[in-house]
Amino acid sequence: MSPLLTVENLRVGFGADPRANEVVKGVSFALEVGKTLAIVGESGSGKSVTALSVNRLVDFGGGRITGGRILLHRAAGPLDVTAAGDAEMETVRGRDIGMIFQEPMTSLNPVHTVGEQIEEAFGISRGLRGAEAARAAKEALERVRIPDAAARLKYYPHQLSGGMRQRVMIAMVIAGNPRLLIADEPTTALDVTVQAQIMALLAELRRETAMSMIFITHDIGLVAGIADEVMVMQNGVAVEQGELSAVLDHPQHEYTQHLLQAVPHFENGAAARRDDDGPRKAPIVSVDNLVVRFPVGSGLFRKPGAVHAVDGVDFDLAPGETLAIVGESGSGKSTTARAILGLVKAARGRIEAKSGRSRRPLQMVFQDPFASLNPRLDVEALLAEPAIANGQRVDAALRERMRFLLGKVGLGDDALTRYPHQFSGGQRQRLCIARALMLNPDVVVLDEAVSALDVSVQARVLDLLIDLQHEFGLAYLFISHDMAVVERIAHRIAVMYAGQIVEIGDAAAVLATPQHSYTRRLIAAVPAIERRKQQFAVDATQVPSLVRPAGFEPPPARWREAGADHRVRVED
Amino acid sequence: MRILVALIRHPSGRIGALIIALYLVVAVLGAFGITPHNALKQFPIDRLKPPSGTYWFGTDLLGRDTASRLMLGIGQSFVIAFASVALATLAGTIIGLLAAWWSGVWDGVLMRLMDVFLAFPAILLALLIIAIVGPGTFTSVAAIAIVYTPIFARVVRGPALSLKQRDFVDAARTFGSSQWFVLTRHLLLNLVAPLTVQITLALAWALLTEAGLSFLGLGTQPPAPSLGVMLADSKNLMQHAPWLMLFPGLTIMLGILGFNLTGDALRDILDPRTQRRSA
Repeated sequence: MSPLLTVENLRVGFGADPRANEVVKGVSFALEVGKTLAIVGESGSGKSVTALSVNRLVDFGGGRITGGRILLHRAAGPLDVTAAGDAEMETVRGRDIGMIFQEPMTSLNPVHTVGEQIEEAFGISRGLRGAEAARAAKEALERVRIPDAAARLKYYPHQLSGGMRQRVMIAMVIAGNPRLLIADEPTTALDVTVQAQIMALLAELRRETAMSMIFITHDIGLVAGIADEVMVMQNGVAVEQGELSAVLDHPQHEYTQHLLQAVPHFENGAAARRDDDGPRKAPIVSVDNLVVRFPVGSGLFRKPGAVHAVDGVDFDLAPGETLAIVGESGSGKSTTARAILGLVKAARGRIEAKSGRSRRPLQMVFQDPFASLNPRLDVEALLAEPAIANGQRVDAALRERMRFLLGKVGLGDDALTRYPHQFSGGQRQRLCIARALMLNPDVVVLDEAVSALDVSVQARVLDLLIDLQHEFGLAYLFISHDMAVVERIAHRIAVMYAGQIVEIGDAAAVLATPQHSYTRRLIAAVPAIERRKQQFAVDATQVPSLVRPAGFEPPPARWREAGADHRVRVED
Repeated sequence: MRILVALIRHPSGRIGALIIALYLVVAVLGAFGITPHNALKQFPIDRLKPPSGTYWFGTDLLGRDTASRLMLGIGQSFVIAFASVALATLAGTIIGLLAAWWSGVWDGVLMRLMDVFLAFPAILLALLIIAIVGPGTFTSVAAIAIVYTPIFARVVRGPALSLKQRDFVDAARTFGSSQWFVLTRHLLLNLVAPLTVQITLALAWALLTEAGLSFLGLGTQPPAPSLGVMLADSKNLMQHAPWLMLFPGLTIMLGILGFNLTGDALRDILDPRTQRRSA
C-alpha cells in the first residue's frame, strides 16, 4: 500500500503566542491510499484543528503550525504542507484535498443556485465551461443520489433540506476528484435518518472512487460503519490510534474505554427502564387532540395557509413516569412541549394539568444551556427567579432550598455567587435542572436537554435525572431525537412524524417491536458500534411538507393495538 | 468598577477618560466660583488683552476673563449635554423596549415615528423645536433630548428583539415571571453594554449640538457663558483677538475627542468577543 499522507509530530497553536497556546500537541499518523481514518474526540480535543492543518485552512482561523511535518505524497513527489506557500496550497485545496463541513447551509452561497456552484467547482478544477460544466454538474448530483437532478440544479440552497444541501456540498467536493476528502462532523447538524443516508453515501463514494478520507466526529458510534483506522484524541494528544476493530473491541487507553462506555448503546429495547411500580396511576397531564398551526403566506399574492406543526396529538403522562417524545426536526415534538407550557398558543385541543404540589406543576429545561441562563445574573438571582415570580421573598429559607438543590444536582454552595459563563455546559444544564426544581414541580419537560452535551457529560446528566425522578417523584416529558438516550430514560415512548404521533406505548415494546414504518426507519438509522458489519442502502426519503392550504384538516387517525400498552397509527 | 479599570488600561480610553475627568473638575470648580477671575465681571481697562500671566486665555471685548468664562461655559455645556442625553436615554430605551416587546403594529407605529425624527438633520430638528417653543436652557435640553431619542430607540430595539427570543425569556415565562421582571432583569440588564457605548457617543454629539445652538443664539442666553456663545462673540474679532475664537473652539474639540475616545474604548471593552478574554 502506498502512503498518501504522513503527519509527524504536528503541533498547532492559536493566538498571539501560538507556542504557549497549543491546541494540538504532537500528533502523528499516516494515511494510505483508499483508506479512511476517523478522528474521534469531544469538544476541545483538537480533532478539527488537526484535520484543518492538513489543508492549512487552520491559518484562516488564526491558527499557526508551530512544529512537525505534514507530507502529502503526490505524483511529483512529497509536498511538505507546513512549508508550502499560499499559491502552492491553492493547487492542493480542492484538487488533492477536498473538504466538507458541519453546517451545509453556511458552506453554500445563498445567492447562487446549486447548479452554478457545482459548475464553478468544475470550472476551477477541470476547466469546464458552459454546457459541458452543466452536464458534469448534473452527473455529479446524480452521483450523490439526488433524485430529479436536472431540476434541482436550478434550486437555491434554502429550497433544499439539510440532507440535500450536504449532498450538494459532497457533489462540489468530488467535482475536483480529490484523492483525500476531509469530512468535519458532516452529519452532526442532520437528523438521524438523514445522517444514515449521508453515511451510506460516503461509504459508497469511497468504494467507487478509491479516495481516502479523514472523518472527524464526536460520536464514536458513528465511526464503526466507515473507518478503517481510528485515532482518539483528548486535549490535543492522540491517546490511542489503531485499526478499527482493535480500537473498538480492545481499547487500551482509559479515555477510549470511557468514551465507548459513555456513548449510549442502543439495544432495541433490551436496556429500557424497568423500575415501574405497579399499575399506572391517574394521569397528571393529559393532552387531548392538540393542534398548533403557524400561519404563513398572508401576503397579497400568496395563498394563505398554515404550517401544521402539531396536528392532533394526544397522550397521558402519569406521575413519576417518563414519556419520551421522539422525532426528527420538524416533527412537532418541541412545539408540543412548548404548547403544553403555554409558550406557543394551541389552535385547538385540551391540555389538562392537575395542580399538584405547587401552583406551577409544570417546569421546563431547554436544549441550549448557554441560551437558557441570563448571562448577567449570578446563580443566586437565577435560582431566585421562579420563587420571586410566585411571590416568595429571597430569605434564609429560600437560600437554604437553593443550596439543597445545588447539592442535589452536584454543585457546591460556592456556586451561588458565580455567573453562568464560569460553568461548563454540563454544569449549566445542572443549574437549569436545579432552577426547574425550585418550585417543587410534578412534571419537568426536558426539551432535548442532553443533546448539546458531550457524550460523557450526557451520561452523567441522564443518571442525575433518573436519581432526581426517584427522589422527588417527578414525571418527565423527555423530548429527544436520540433513540439510544431515550432507551435509557423512558418508560413510555411516543414517536412523532410530521406533526402527528405515529406510535405510542411501553418503551421496551416500541423499541423491540416497532410497528410503524417510520419508527423502523428511525431505529435502523441509529449508529451503533455493534452494527458495523451491517450495510445500509442509500435511500432519499424526504419528510413531507407541513404547509397546508387554509381550511385543510387531516383525515381522522385510525389506530390499531399492537400490545397491552402499544398503539400504532394505521398507515395509508 | 471592572469597566473603569479596563478603561484606564485601554490605550485611547485612558486619554478619553483623562480629558473627561479634567473637564468635570474644571466644571465643578467653575460652578463653585473658584475661577481665576469673576467670569461675569467686566474689566473695562483690560479689554481684548492677549493671553498673559494675569489673563491666561486673554480677555474679550468687555474685558471679561476668557479662562474663567470657559470654566463656566464647560459646566453649562456639560449640564445641558448630560441632562439631554439622560432624557434621550430614558425615552429611547422605553420606546425601543416597548416596540420590541409588543412588536407587530405597535412596533411599526413607534419605529416609523422614530424614523420621521431621524429623517431630519439633528441641528435642523433642534432649531425647529426651539423656534416653536423659544430659546433657553430648558428648551435646549428638551430639543437635544428629542433629537437623540430615536437613536437610542433603535439601539435598544434591535438587541431587545433578539433577547426576547432567547431561551431564558421563555424560561421566565414558564416560571410565571412578571413582564416588568422580564423587561428589567432579562432585557434591560443585557442592554447595559450597548447603551453605555451609545450614551458616551451621544454626549459628544450633544456637546456639539449645544454649542451649535448657542452659537446661533438659540441655546444659552448671554450674559451666561457657554462655549457656543463665546464662539459666536468671537467671530467679528477673529483678526484682532484670535484667542477669543481659539480657546472655546479647542475646548469643544477636545471635549468631543474625549467622549469619542471613551466611547470607542468602551465599545472594545464591552464587545462580547473581547469580553470572554477578560472574564
